[in-house]
Amino acid sequence: MPELLQRTVLTRHLLRNPSLMIFLGALACVCLAVTILGEGFGIGLISTSFIKTLGKTLCLCMIAIAMDLVWGFCGILSLGHFAFFALGGYMIGMWMMFARTRMIVIEAAQNNVLPPTPVEISEAVGTQIFGVVGGAEIPAIWAFADLFWVQLSFIALVPGLLAYVFGWLAFRSRVNGVYLSILTQAMTLALSLYLLQNDSGLRGNNGLSGLQNIPGLDHVPQSILSIIFFLASGLALAVTYIMASAVVGSKLGNIIRGIRDDEARVRFLGYNVESYKLFIFVLTAVIAAIAGALYYPQAGIINPTELAPIASIYLAVWVAIGGRGRIYGAVIGAAFVSLLSSYFTGGQAPDIPLGFATIIWTDWWLVLLGLSFVVVTIYAPQGLGGLIDKLVTRERG
Amino acid sequence: MAPLLHVDNISVSFDGFKAINALSFDIGDAELRAIIGPNGAGKTTFMDIVTGKTRPDSGDVRWAGTNVSLLKRSESQIAQLGIGRKFQKPTTFEDQTVHENLLMSLANRRDPLAVLVYRRSQPDEDRISGIAQQIRLSESLDRLAGELSHGQKQWLEIGMLLAQDPKLLLVDEPAAGMTAPEREVTVALLKELAQTRSVVVVEHDMEFIRALDCRVTVLHEGAVLAEGSMDFVTADQRVIDVYLGR
Repeated sequence: MPELLQRTVLTRHLLRNPSLMIFLGALACVCLAVTILGEGFGIGLISTSFIKTLGKTLCLCMIAIAMDLVWGFCGILSLGHFAFFALGGYMIGMWMMFARTRMIVIEAAQNNVLPPTPVEISEAVGTQIFGVVGGAEIPAIWAFADLFWVQLSFIALVPGLLAYVFGWLAFRSRVNGVYLSILTQAMTLALSLYLLQNDSGLRGNNGLSGLQNIPGLDHVPQSILSIIFFLASGLALAVTYIMASAVVGSKLGNIIRGIRDDEARVRFLGYNVESYKLFIFVLTAVIAAIAGALYYPQAGIINPTELAPIASIYLAVWVAIGGRGRIYGAVIGAAFVSLLSSYFTGGQAPDIPLGFATIIWTDWWLVLLGLSFVVVTIYAPQGLGGLIDKLVTRERG
Repeated sequence: MAPLLHVDNISVSFDGFKAINALSFDIGDAELRAIIGPNGAGKTTFMDIVTGKTRPDSGDVRWAGTNVSLLKRSESQIAQLGIGRKFQKPTTFEDQTVHENLLMSLANRRDPLAVLVYRRSQPDEDRISGIAQQIRLSESLDRLAGELSHGQKQWLEIGMLLAQDPKLLLVDEPAAGMTAPEREVTVALLKELAQTRSVVVVEHDMEFIRALDCRVTVLHEGAVLAEGSMDFVTADQRVIDVYLGR
C-alpha cells in the first residue's frame, strides 16, 4: 500500500508539474523572440513602445498570480492589491527621480565658479522635484531616496508592513467575505486620496515622472533599456510562478484551500487561520509590490489614479476570466485581457459604423469586457484555465 | 481521579432564550457518552462552548483536571489541546483528496512556516494508511472527498479527528443520513475509538444510541434531565414526557 501511495503521489506531482514546465518554456520562447525581434539587440521588427507594453504585461501577470494566490487559493477577495503594486512603484520611483534630478543639478552646476554646497544641491533638487506642488523642501519620507539599496528594500518592506498591519487588524477581527473586500477597497481609496494631496510628499496628482530614465544610465538608449526591463520582468514572473506553484503544492497549499472552502473546519483542526491568511496576504502584497516596481519604470510615470479602486477590480476580473485556483489561469487572464485592453483602448482597433451609431472601441471596450466577464461567470465559471483543464483531461481520456 | 472534561454550571442565552441553563457534568477518561435531547435542548450549543465557538455567559469548562479553563482559548488552541469535533453535516474538504484531508489533520506542527516546508515522511504515510484502513477508506485515498458517498464522508471526518489524535472526540449526529449497514460500521468505529479516548456522541436516533451501549445524558432546556444507562433513562417518567412520549 505505501508503495502504491508513493507512486500516485509522485504521479500527481508530475501531473502537476508539466504546466510549470510548459509555462517556463513558453515564457523563455517569448523572451527570446522579443529580444530577437526588438530594436535593442535584434532586427527591430517590434517597436520599443510595444516591448514596453509587453514588459508591463508580464508585470501584470505577476500581480495576477499574487491575486490568484490570495483569492483563488485562499478565498480572500482583496480589492487592494493594486495599492501594494503602486506603492512598490512609488518606492522605486522615489529613488529614480531623486537620484536623476540630483545628477542633473550637479551637472548643471559644473560651470559655476564655485562648486555648489550640499545644502544648495539639496535645495535645487527640492525645487526641481517639488516645485509643481509649491514646495522646495524635501519631505522626510525622501530621507533615503538617494540610497539605492535602502529604497530597493522599501519596495518589499513598506507595502509588506502595510499589508501586515491591515491584515492583522482585519483577520483578527474575523472580517470575512464581502466585508473584507469592502475594507480592502476602502484602504486603497484612502491611500489614493491621501496621495492626491499636494502635501503628501509624493507630488500629489502629478505623481512621479520620468521613470523611464534610469539614473546613471542616461547614455543607454530606450530601445536597450526596454529589452532589459522586459527580460527582468520575465525573470521575475518566472520566479513568482515557481514560488507560487511551490506554495500551492505544499501542505500550506492544502491548508489555504481548506480555509477558502471551510474556514471553521480548519480552525477546529487546530490551525490558527488568521496567521495563515496573514502570511498569504503579506506574501502576495510583496509580490504585487515587486511587480509594480518593475512596471512603472516601463510606464514612465506613476500617479495616484493608478491605485484607484477600479484597478484592483480589473485585477479580480482578469483572474476570474483566466480561472481562479490555477496559477496559469491567472497568467492567461492577465495577459489576454490586458493586451486586448491596450489594443482596444490604444486606438488601434477600427471603429465600427452601424449607421445609427458608431462603436468607438475606446468607449465600448469596457462594455465588451463587462459582457465577457458575465459570459465567463455564467458559462465557464472555471474561466479560460478551466476550459484548458477540460481539454487536457479529455485528451488523456 | 479528576475528570477529563469538567463542565461547571455554564449558562448562555441568545436574545433572551436560555440555550444552556446552569449545565454541569463530567466526562471521564476513555469514556463513551451519548447525549440525547429534543431539539433546542442545547446539545450543539454545548459542543460550541467546549470547542470555543461560543462563549458562555457564566460558568466554567475545565480540561483534564488541570487549571486550564477552555473559555479563554481560541478554537485552534482548544483543538491543539486535544479536543476534536465532528460536525452535524459532514464537513470535509471536498476539493481535496482523502489523503490530503487526512494529511492536514495529522498531529504535526501547525504554524505556517513549519507547514510550508513540511515534507512527507514515512511515519506520517503509515499513520495515514492505518487510519484509512480503520475508517474503511484504504481504496479511496486518491479520490476527492467530494466524490465519496455521504456515509464515507462521515467516516472520513471521523478519520480526520483520529489523525488529530485527540483525547476527547465530540461527535455531532454521526448516523444522520446513513444506511443501516453504514450505521453498524459507525457504531463499531465509535466503540473502537472509545477504548483509547473519550468520545461524546450527540444523536437523535435512539436505536443508534442503544447500539452504542453506553452511559446516556438527557438534556432538556439546557440542563441535565437524567443520566444513566439507556434502560435507566428511558424508564424515567420525565424523559418520557419531554422526549420519548412525543
